[in-house]
Amino acid sequence: MPSFVIPEKCDGCKALDKTACQYICPNDLMVLNKEIMKAYNREPEMCWECYNCVKICPTQAIEVRGYADFVPMGASVLPMRSSDSILWTVKFRNGMVKRFKFPTRTTEEGKAQPNGGYATAQDDLNSEALAQEPEALRLKEVYTIK
Amino acid sequence: MENFETIEVTTDLLILGGGMSACGAAVEASYWAKKYGLKVTLVDKAAMDRSGAVAMGLSAINQYVGLCDGKNTVKDYVDYVRMDLMGITREDLVANIARHVDSTVHLYERWGLPIWKDEKGAYVHEGRWQLMINGESYKVVVAEAAKNALAEAGGEYFERVFITHPLMDGDRIAGAVGFSVRENKFYVFRAKAVIVAMGGAVHVFKPRSSGEGLGRAWYPPWNSGSSAFFTIQAGAEMTSQEVRFIPVRFKDAYGPVGAWFLLFKSRATNSEGGDYMVERKAELENWRPYGLVKPIPANLRNYLGMLDIMEGKGPIYMRTEEAIQKIAAEAGDEKAAKKKLKELENEAWEDFLDMTISQAVLWAATNVEPEKKSSEIAAAEPYFIGSHSGASGAWVSGPEDLQTDETRKEYFWGYAHMATVKGMFCAGDASGASSHKFSSGSHAEGRIVGKAAIKFIVENNKLPEVDPAQIAELKARIYKPLQLFEEHKHASSDPDINPNFIKPKMFMFRLQKIMDEYVGGVSAQFTTNKACLERALELLGYLKEDSEKLAASDLHELLRCWENIQRMWQAEAHTRTVLFREETRWPGYYKRADFPRLDEKNWHCFANCRWDPEKKEWEMIKRPMLHIYPEPQEHELLGG
Ligand SMILES: Cc1cc2nc3c(=O)[nH]c(=O)nc-3n(C[C@H](O)[C@H](O)[C@H](O)COP(=O)(O)OP(=O)(O)OC[C@H]3O[C@@H](n4cnc5c(N)ncnc54)[C@H](O)[C@@H]3O)c2cc1C
Ligand code: SF4
Ligand code: SF4
Repeated sequence: MPSFVIPEKCDGCKALDKTACQYICPNDLMVLNKEIMKAYNREPEMCWECYNCVKICPTQAIEVRGYADFVPMGASVLPMRSSDSILWTVKFRNGMVKRFKFPTRTTEEGKAQPNGGYATAQDDLNSEALAQEPEALRLKEVYTIK
Repeated sequence: MENFETIEVTTDLLILGGGMSACGAAVEASYWAKKYGLKVTLVDKAAMDRSGAVAMGLSAINQYVGLCDGKNTVKDYVDYVRMDLMGITREDLVANIARHVDSTVHLYERWGLPIWKDEKGAYVHEGRWQLMINGESYKVVVAEAAKNALAEAGGEYFERVFITHPLMDGDRIAGAVGFSVRENKFYVFRAKAVIVAMGGAVHVFKPRSSGEGLGRAWYPPWNSGSSAFFTIQAGAEMTSQEVRFIPVRFKDAYGPVGAWFLLFKSRATNSEGGDYMVERKAELENWRPYGLVKPIPANLRNYLGMLDIMEGKGPIYMRTEEAIQKIAAEAGDEKAAKKKLKELENEAWEDFLDMTISQAVLWAATNVEPEKKSSEIAAAEPYFIGSHSGASGAWVSGPEDLQTDETRKEYFWGYAHMATVKGMFCAGDASGASSHKFSSGSHAEGRIVGKAAIKFIVENNKLPEVDPAQIAELKARIYKPLQLFEEHKHASSDPDINPNFIKPKMFMFRLQKIMDEYVGGVSAQFTTNKACLERALELLGYLKEDSEKLAASDLHELLRCWENIQRMWQAEAHTRTVLFREETRWPGYYKRADFPRLDEKNWHCFANCRWDPEKKEWEMIKRPMLHIYPEPQEHELLGG
């Protein structure tokens, strides 16, 4: 199955106000079995392997096992996401390991300011200029054919 | 139905979806809503941080015109799009998005999206229009700005509410209904204007992988044609429903090829070492003038590769090792080459890890080091994504100022990107005939409709009436699959096999089989004809009747029921339009075997359709293809 939960590592997000993997899965796949307080992927064949559940799990309980119908066994790709970058560990079927680190954002989490800091003067609901334009276009005016 | 509480939410502007275009709409509409004391409400079926096609991230921004650099013009972009779409595109819409897309990208940068820069501080281009990014958190950053904008303006957003039908007040949109997939709550949203931004559709056609890999379509399994269904049900005129998209990608895991073709200048060769782009050049003559344009239209590039496969010359390999070695060798001495090689290896892996992690898994599982070994590429299956290289969506009004006297009569009816239904705006995959918007252009189109919808509200500031009977009827219809399951579940010992109902998964497989075999899916080698299409419509007719027998054992299955009903309507609109257009215009997307050539005389026009909600009948409509810029002459096209 594409994403799977390692039972010993999953604590059912007891300490959080919501089950993180269930909250994030764009396809409504992750669910918490409340009897045993373990999550699982209820429809693995509808999983996109988007890794969002893997990235969000606070206990690293979720991993991905490549689609069995076309991926040979034995490899793994695991992320560690921090507030401004992501570290990937890629393990090959033949045992080789590669690591990659990429930046993810340049601002502090939560701080994206809708107007982007552009001093907006746009006041005319009838003009073609959008809220931060033309400044945000880095032009003097918005293009038109008139 | 007494178990399901009805929650009524009244707002001014309702935004449906939480993806790229919805986030653009939220940012812009909030700005104007605050000025005019209006309320904005957004509804997403998932969590905005990771919903829609960009949920996993992206490695490139595919539309940046760079007007401020003076290198490209708005018309250049329009020329690129109309040629890529074989001459059929709404130039006013493409131009409108192109003139605003750069400010979307500049805002992204301020919000914290890392865009690659060169030593001089200029954006690194993947191709003429594409920028390279470190895009793992692309959607997180864009959603954050949208949520902050809503919060600043006193708006609100709902997650995990699945939208199904429009609410109507005569010919004006009055809101939408949907249900929570977490709680027993039925939602009724009443609004003065509605923005439809619920993405495109996948799993209408059978995917190549049908086991565990069923979900690994190129397009994300969670966008199910909600936009098309919603706009069709509202009685909107739809356009370009025949223009599906089939991407060529790394085989099976569908990793992106853009960086390989554009940035690394890689070739693709068949089993005999031949390059179909070279060997099949003559075929392009058959598709004049579009076949002669640079860049060659995406569907024609696909087509040349498909011809190799059909002639038994597969597999086709992306020559990654050749491309990387070539660039490294050009770096100079051995040390520089080694450094360059390392850099390219990183870029190649990031391209996958930022947007198609499965491809990294597949490479690792098959011991692929791209600098040493080629990887197979293949045409995927058909998808509906009007924002990318397809064109399906609602027929919307252009902006007032980007019209000629002639186009104004056909393409303008009052508010930018408003459908033919009053007060209903569409963006991204929801609006048609304006391809190549991609993530950034969809966001820009969202901003355009965000402002236009507020203008509509200010000028039509009255909450439309909704007949309570309309709401009661929809509620009963929406929850019917749960009821059907309860009623009949004891007729069999297996919850899925029952003579009284059909479960959504098998319903989806039935739909996919019809589309695959009769409407030019993978197993029909993307080829169809009149008889096949008519047979498809006959079988779709039975399917539609059986959709009344869909059953769900819980809310998750109820979600799947409605997703598949939406797919079925997308399928019907598509089939009818492929049947209507009696020619082959995009041979790399589908071929009409009975009309195998272009027919410029009769079909250089839009094929539109409309389902009449009163009469419950389809109407097919031809709309003229009018230019706002002079049509390029053949010699100009050849000039590149
Ligand atoms: C695999 C892939 C790769 C791509 N690569 C690139 C690239 O490299 N660069 C680039 O610029 N573009 C790329 N694109 C294109 C880009 O992702 C799309 O153009 C863009 O996301 C379209 O925006 P949208 O708002 O129309 O749809 P989406 O962003 O998909 O958003 C749809 C939204 O609607 C919600 N929704 C769906 N149904 C319902 C419902 N019934 N009720 C409530 N909410 C609902 C979804 O949860 C989501 O929030 C790529 C697309 C794909 C699929
Ligand atoms: S996020 Fe992790 S710990 Fe929390 S329920 Fe899911 S698998 Fe368990
Ligand atoms: S990988 Fe993505 S689609 Fe699959 S279960 Fe996790 S979040 Fe859902």
